Amino acid sequence: MTTSTATAPPAAAPRKSTAPDPARARLCRRLARWGFVAPAVVFMLLFFGYPLVRNVVMSFQHYTPKTFFTGEAPFNGADNWSSVFQDALFGKALWHTLVFTAGSLLGQFCVGLALAVFFNRRFPLGGVLRSLILLPWLVPMVVSGVVWRRILDQDTGVLNTFLDTLGLGGHTPWLTSPGTALLSVILVNVWIGIPFNMVILYGGLQEIPKELYEAASLDGASAWRAFRSVTLPLLKPVITVVLVLGFMSTVKILDLILALTDGGPADATQTLGTLTYQNSFVELDFGAGAVVGNVLILISAVFAVFYLRANRTEGK
Amino acid sequence: MAVHAPTAPRRRWGSTVAGLLVLAVMLFPLYWMLNTALQPDSGLLQVDPVPPGLDLSGFTKALTDQGGNLLTSLLVSAGAVVICLAVAAPAAYGLARFGLRGSRTIVFGTLITQMVPGIVIANALYTSYVDLGLVNSYAGLMLADASLGIPFSIVLMRSFMVSVPGEVIEAAEIDGAGPVRVFLRVVLPMSRNALITSGLFAFLFAWSDFMFALTLNTTDDVKPITLGIYQYIGAHVGDWGSVMAAAVLSAVPAAILLVLAQKYIAAGITGGSVK
Repeated sequence: MTTSTATAPPAAAPRKSTAPDPARARLCRRLARWGFVAPAVVFMLLFFGYPLVRNVVMSFQHYTPKTFFTGEAPFNGADNWSSVFQDALFGKALWHTLVFTAGSLLGQFCVGLALAVFFNRRFPLGGVLRSLILLPWLVPMVVSGVVWRRILDQDTGVLNTFLDTLGLGGHTPWLTSPGTALLSVILVNVWIGIPFNMVILYGGLQEIPKELYEAASLDGASAWRAFRSVTLPLLKPVITVVLVLGFMSTVKILDLILALTDGGPADATQTLGTLTYQNSFVELDFGAGAVVGNVLILISAVFAVFYLRANRTEGK
Repeated sequence: MAVHAPTAPRRRWGSTVAGLLVLAVMLFPLYWMLNTALQPDSGLLQVDPVPPGLDLSGFTKALTDQGGNLLTSLLVSAGAVVICLAVAAPAAYGLARFGLRGSRTIVFGTLITQMVPGIVIANALYTSYVDLGLVNSYAGLMLADASLGIPFSIVLMRSFMVSVPGEVIEAAEIDGAGPVRVFLRVVLPMSRNALITSGLFAFLFAWSDFMFALTLNTTDDVKPITLGIYQYIGAHVGDWGSVMAAAVLSAVPAAILLVLAQKYIAAGITGGSVK
């Protein structure tokens, strides 16, 4: 990448030098080049860098509903931190976040991989079916949440009606009982995430040379054996990327949970994301919201390290 | 052609049947959304598996209540796409070709942004938006929504622009074209596919945005359809027909994009995340 541009491009030499001194011309060219990148850098600093810093500062400030009229948010040491950590809800939210993330990833990945393997075989209409499966992923998450809320309704939802017809109970309070709400939210999120997992894993499968499978079958390997010894090892870099990206997008989910349960019933589906929202935008205690947000960032950061490592090993 | 002629056909059609079943299960919720929308009178009762007739009154009501919000979504998303491409395309080109010192750090930073949770951004952004007077404004929401697509677009377009042949660019430079002209006249037209893909995704991200709409608006002045539907379920619990009709309307852009641009979408999902 550096070879073509480290020295002045050949175009500069034959042209009559209009600028009085070459050093200035070079500076101009360098500035022009930075001009391409600068807006994006500034934008990302404002919309990603600045919020990160600001959240740390805010977590040491005392915000009240009045703050936005008076503009006063005095520093209050570690008060926000200690009050958040002492609140039993924080521990619950942390636990729910981990269960939600692990459960969602497990489900999305397993079904996604199974479908990717399935669609990797060539059969009539395979391509069309594969692209239609993307649809759930393209619908806004809040909208999916609303639709599932209707489907999972205890008394008149179609899922319970269906289970009732089969004689399998059919009175489960999917979203309205603290015992089942988190599980239901996870299942809906699995449904949302399957297409994404499937598409990326399918892309990875396509890269595996077909000859390897032919060789494996000549050696008398069963389909399962070929999957374990050929598919999984060669797919590993893609699997890592899928899981890490999935983790980072799942751990912070807010839309879906708000649309399905609003964090209820009895805080059974409150996660770090919804708790941040509730602290900041419902109770207007932005300091407490910032504390929870920082914890969320910390968790993501740990996994970002994995991501970068995966990215590097996959490298160019 | 003749390679898999003899044994395959029956088993392959078996796969098609299995594939159809999978598709039916995966798309059932969306079917149910449409089905419920066509039975506006069912209210809180059970919904028939198939609509008894073509009752569009749910849609009429949804359009009356949510039509304005749909337009808001359209406007905000279009604005976000314009901002996103205007910022991301030059950057992608710069990062792909200029070998600037610090390019690697910037690309690295772009990947890092994917781990910053939206609610954390909203938390800090809201307080600044209050100071800047950007709360409840179209511009504020467009900028925030553009941030959803920019890192993705930079990564996607950069990996594409790296492969634009250097000779073409050098030829244009020898003809006396400056960097801006080369970018606008040579690189952008050659990167059409990457631009379309990025634009599509930027649109989808902005259209689906709920978090910024929820947090950066305190009045009804700027209300996209996602926020509209969320508030709709709070206010119209008994009127699932029109809620679902609104949901169908909000899913239409996704469906249209899938039909018109499926090859770009599959390419975008794989290219943007893996590379």
